[in-house]
Amino acid sequence: MSTRRQFVANSAAAASALAFPLVAGAQPKAIKIGVLHPVTGALAYSGQQCREGALMAIEDINKSGGIKSLGGAKIEALLGDAQSTPQAGTAEIEKMNEAGVSAVVGAFASAICLATTQAAAKYNLPHVVDVGVADQIVERGLKNTFRFGPGYRKCAEVAVANLHVLNTAAGKPAKTVMIIHEESLFGTGTANLLARELPGYGYEVKEVIKHANPTRDFNNIVLRMKAVNPDIVIPANYYNEYALLVRTMQQQKITPKAIYSVLGGAASSYKFVKEFPEAANGIIDCNHWFNPKDKRAADLKKRVEAKGLFFSYEVFMTYTSMRLLADAIDRAKSTDRAAIIDALEKSSFADHIMPYGTTKFVNGQNMGAQPLMTQVSKGDIKVIIPRDYRETDPVFPLKS
Amino acid sequence: MFDLGILFPSLLNGLTTGAVYALIALGLTLIYGVLHIINFAHGAALMMALYAVYFLKERWGIDPYLALPLVVPGMFVLGYGMQRIVINRASHGKDENILLVTLGLSIVMENLALLFFKSDTRSIDTAYTLTTIPINIGFAQAMISLPKLVAFGGALVTSAVLILIVGRTDLGRAIRAVAKEKHGAKLMGIDVDHVYAMSFGIGLACLGAAACFLLPAYYVNPQVGNGFVLVAFTIVVLGGMGSFLGALLGGLLIGVVESLGGLYLGESLGQIGIFLIFIAVLLFRPQGMFGAKA
Repeated sequence: MSTRRQFVANSAAAASALAFPLVAGAQPKAIKIGVLHPVTGALAYSGQQCREGALMAIEDINKSGGIKSLGGAKIEALLGDAQSTPQAGTAEIEKMNEAGVSAVVGAFASAICLATTQAAAKYNLPHVVDVGVADQIVERGLKNTFRFGPGYRKCAEVAVANLHVLNTAAGKPAKTVMIIHEESLFGTGTANLLARELPGYGYEVKEVIKHANPTRDFNNIVLRMKAVNPDIVIPANYYNEYALLVRTMQQQKITPKAIYSVLGGAASSYKFVKEFPEAANGIIDCNHWFNPKDKRAADLKKRVEAKGLFFSYEVFMTYTSMRLLADAIDRAKSTDRAAIIDALEKSSFADHIMPYGTTKFVNGQNMGAQPLMTQVSKGDIKVIIPRDYRETDPVFPLKS
Repeated sequence: MFDLGILFPSLLNGLTTGAVYALIALGLTLIYGVLHIINFAHGAALMMALYAVYFLKERWGIDPYLALPLVVPGMFVLGYGMQRIVINRASHGKDENILLVTLGLSIVMENLALLFFKSDTRSIDTAYTLTTIPINIGFAQAMISLPKLVAFGGALVTSAVLILIVGRTDLGRAIRAVAKEKHGAKLMGIDVDHVYAMSFGIGLACLGAAACFLLPAYYVNPQVGNGFVLVAFTIVVLGGMGSFLGALLGGLLIGVVESLGGLYLGESLGQIGIFLIFIAVLLFRPQGMFGAKA
């Protein structure tokens, strides 16, 4: 039985251990990282997938001994919800800054990333953009902003160049294009780039149609498609609308020579392929994709699926972004924001599952980042281009 | 531009989409007409009904149309309970309180759905999801999807049933009496709280029907109701608060306007027609097409 005096002495020892963990020789102080995504609102699905990717990365990093150069310090996630709006995202950055995070990973949507990177810049807070494809994000000269993946300009260029390669190889059966895109920064920006690039390769852009999020019915768009009768349909939108559009096309029996998506929300989604195998079959997508030759990607996919989730691009993009950041903190040997920014600038992170090679940032953009071209084939998603990563030969035009 | 080959299918598409809007608006207009409640939880309740239909199909393989006898009474009970247990008690008889209570309910329901069902967008696959019926009118042909045609029929039947209930039954007489003069009805021995709850229940039961007709061609996620609720409010205003015929015709009209607007002005600008109508109605005929003058 302990006396009152013993109790007081023990409490004091416990309190001092809590207050000065380093003195007590315990764990080094955990490194706080803001994990900011739209986990509620219209983008909730994508946001939650991103968050899952970030948390899995943190789990892996902590399990394998934390940040080595900081005595094995663990990463501690500070979760934030951007509620699918830029304003809420900005507010979360303020909170995270107050809470003393060393860096932020997020925030999925382009429009939200534009706001959060800018808010973080005020505090010189390093911000790794996990998806956010709009190129404006890295073109405003913000020193704190780093994007690991490709932007939409890169994706549109790759998509158009490869379309031309495929079409030329097939004897140029496709001449006309119709673009269908969602109305926010991501869809509009991608569509504008495509509409500008395509005529240069000799394609006629017959029509560019913008739609709202959510769009409840795609029959009208599909009717116009029937009238325009394009050889190629290019969708650039989020999952729900993409799925609805392709299903409506199937219903109205519209079969263009190819459905060729650029950053298509469902085109390279295992969920879509599983739920609508017929509608998905043959769809080509130019999108974020992991290196199919890397065994670790397959392992990660298995772990994600074991949780009952789909291995969507959100998961592996945010997973890798978190690993990039952890690598930079390790190089910086410090949790100081300026030191982390400096380490990110000089990063040569190469130990990752993306087909990007060694990381090299120029003005916050990873120069090696590239999308891969995938095609849905026999209920699976296979890489068709570039050749280095090819898993199956492309089918173009689709015979249906 | 005015190619009938496109105009006709677009028109039919608008009518069938409008029928689903009408189903959603019917419940809203009943709740407004009787209880003078602006039910902000309508979209969230629709979402719950859609989840019910989804799980019935996924877990027990019950076809959405066969789920009607389960979902409609289920939603009725939910509505009855919600009005009696939550809204009535929390509002203390003040309309502005009711507004906030329903708004709060919608936030609670949406976030519960987010917690339990996750933000995942789910859809069901039925044998007839992709079935289309060709409709010929001589010079033009349209392919209309079967689920939409069924929804169209369902909306007509549901409004007929509602009109019969309110026009011909004792309950309907009580509902009309309470809507007109609450205190008078109470003096005549009508259990006003019961009538309120019945109206709310019937309003949500309409959503149950709408969900059964909607899901085969649509999807469900925790936010799905928001897309419909604004349109439903527009329809209620257009048709006249509390008018079933107004809600039905208003729904069809809005569907057509949206469809043709989308066709000729572009899909994102097409919605403008809906709100132009909304403003025009408020300016020139605030009581709506079939509403009684206040």
